[in-house]
Amino acid sequence: MKFALQINEGPFTHQASDSAYQFAKAALENGHEIFRVFFYHDGVNNGTMYGVPPVDDRNVQQQWSELADKHDLDLVICVAAAQRRGIMDEDEAKRHGKGASNIAPKFRISGLGQLIEAGIQADRLLVFGD
Amino acid sequence: MSTLHTVNKSPFERNSLTTCLSVAGNGSTILLIEDGVAGALQNTTVAQSISDAMGSGVKFAVLGEDLNARGLAKDRVMDGISVVDYAGFVQLATEHDNVQSWL
Amino acid sequence: MSEIKKFVYLNRKAPYGTVYALESLEVVLIGAAFEQDVRLVFVDDGVYQLTKGQTTDGIGMKNFSKTYSALGDYDVNKIYIDEQSLKDRGLTIDDLQDLTYEDEDDDWAEKSSINVVSREQLAELISEADVLLNF
Repeated sequence: MKFALQINEGPFTHQASDSAYQFAKAALENGHEIFRVFFYHDGVNNGTMYGVPPVDDRNVQQQWSELADKHDLDLVICVAAAQRRGIMDEDEAKRHGKGASNIAPKFRISGLGQLIEAGIQADRLLVFGD
Repeated sequence: MSTLHTVNKSPFERNSLTTCLSVAGNGSTILLIEDGVAGALQNTTVAQSISDAMGSGVKFAVLGEDLNARGLAKDRVMDGISVVDYAGFVQLATEHDNVQSWL
Repeated sequence: MSEIKKFVYLNRKAPYGTVYALESLEVVLIGAAFEQDVRLVFVDDGVYQLTKGQTTDGIGMKNFSKTYSALGDYDVNKIYIDEQSLKDRGLTIDDLQDLTYEDEDDDWAEKSSINVVSREQLAELISEADVLLNF
C-alpha cells in the first residue's frame, strides 16, 4: 500500500514527528511504500540543518534524513510555511537575500500542491499533529 | 467505508476523543496514540462512553509503545481494547478505507 | 488526473489562537486547482473561523476572514457546519458568514454553500471521504 504522511509539528515540542517516523519505519519494514512525507505548519522545522540536540537523545531531523536516504523517500517542506518560519534552500535564500540555506539533507522545498497530489496518488493519507 | 480514527490527545486535555466517539460508526476502529492512550485505561470517566461505542460496533485499539512510554501497564487497559504496536497501526490503516486523524 | 477523490478538510480550531485556520485555508485555495471533490467541515471550535465581524487590529494579526467568502469563486461550495458545535458554544448560524457561490448550471444564480449538519451527517461525510485533511 502507498502511504502519504502529513506532519504538522516541529521536532521535540510535539510527538507528531516521532510518531510519523515510527509509523513510516514500520510501514517500510512491512513492505509498504511511503509516497511522500509532507511537512506543514511548524512541521517545516523538522528540516532544519542547524539542530544540535543532546547526543543522548534522538536527532529528529537526522532520523528523517537517514530514513529518506535509505529508502529514497520524498520529504517535502511546504514553501509558504517555510518562508514564514525561516527554512530555506539555496534558491529561496538567494531569492530573498538571505545569507545561506539551512535546509537539511534529503528534504526539498515545494508547494502545497505536493500535499494535494500526495492525497490523490497515495492509498491512505495520515496526519500527525497537535 | 470503514474508517480508522486515530486520537492523539488525552480526553482529559481535549475534546477530540469525545467528538470522535460521536461520529465513529459501526465497523470503524478508534486507535489511541501518543497522549491519547490515557483514554484506554479502566475506571476513567470516559470508560462508559467507550463501552457504549463498543456496543455500537466500534472497535478500539491502543498503541503499546505509547502506553509503555507513559508507565501504563497493559493489564490496566479496558477489556475490549487491543494493544497494538506500530506494525499493528500500519495494519489497521491498510484494513480500513480511510484514516481520520483527530488532533 | 483521471481520478477524482473526495477530499474532506476538517476544521476544529478557532482562528488566531493558533495558525491552523489560516494555513488550512491556504491548502484549500491551492487544492482548488486540482479539481477534486472538496468538502469543508467546521466542527468543535472550528465554527469560530466563520464568525462575522472579525476585527483584528487590536491583536496585530492579519484578518483573513474575508478569504472565506472567496471560496465560491474557487469552486469550493460544499461547506458543512456541525449544528451541535454551534449549540454548545451558544452560537447560531446567523453568527456565521453566509458563504455563497454562483451555480453555473442554474444561470449563475447565487446560492448558499453552507449546510448545517447533524453528527450523523458528519459521520457520513467522514466515512465517505477518500482523503481526510486535519490541521
